[in-house]
Amino acid sequence: MSEIRDIFDISGRAMASQLVRLNTVASNLANAGTVSGTKEEAFRALKPVFATRFSDAFQSNGVSTVDVVGIQQVSRDPERAHMPNHPEADVDGYVYRAAVDENEEMIEMVEASRQYQNNVEVVSTLRALMMRTINMGK
Amino acid sequence: MNKIDSYLNFHAQALALRSRRNEVLASNIANAATPNFKARDLDFDSEIKHHIGMGPLQTTDDQHLPTQMNPVRDRMLYRDPINPSLDGNTVEMAVEQMEFSENVIRYQTTLTFLNKRISGLMSAIRGE
Repeated sequence: MSEIRDIFDISGRAMASQLVRLNTVASNLANAGTVSGTKEEAFRALKPVFATRFSDAFQSNGVSTVDVVGIQQVSRDPERAHMPNHPEADVDGYVYRAAVDENEEMIEMVEASRQYQNNVEVVSTLRALMMRTINMGK
Repeated sequence: MNKIDSYLNFHAQALALRSRRNEVLASNIANAATPNFKARDLDFDSEIKHHIGMGPLQTTDDQHLPTQMNPVRDRMLYRDPINPSLDGNTVEMAVEQMEFSENVIRYQTTLTFLNKRISGLMSAIRGE
């Protein structure tokens, strides 16, 4: 990964990470309620793993941003339901519901979009400051 | 030239330091959701004291090497959280946003001071 040079790198990468988070939320919500014939095939919610990426000169400038280092499935087991008439049901008449907590996903979505907005706000504020600084002395 | 330099020096240093602090606070806001991230900040008052009067080192011989403009390194401190969170992240949005908006206003103030000084110099040069 290239060096973090300025505010556009800091907030830009943070926004990209928050977008990955929003994408996982969208996938999870899209798959909520889907059923599967086996426990292994059932959908499990996806979660991005955030990690701080420090600038190479962090000791002197204190600049860091965030990167998504991976996407993991939650360790929760899918819920088993007895639905013998379901076409996907196994020999005992059970289906497995996707391991997605809708409430958790909605909260995640609100939080991610708030933090995305905060980064947008930072960029637009500092961009305006840069424009004023360029015009210094005029 | 040296006089003009020292006339503008304080506000120039303050502006650079404010800009640095803006980047540090932006880093905190960027890491609002990162587990175990510790929010950083720099103490403007004590840092500016290190920066002013730290111009290029005066040399008495042609063979002396010139020094960097600012040999001092800013000391990065850790934020003391009001409500520590379970995931070890010490970024508190309300705190960071307040610090950020205050820093932006102070940056603009310093910029205004610099602009006034420059326009004062310009009118002195033009003899208006």
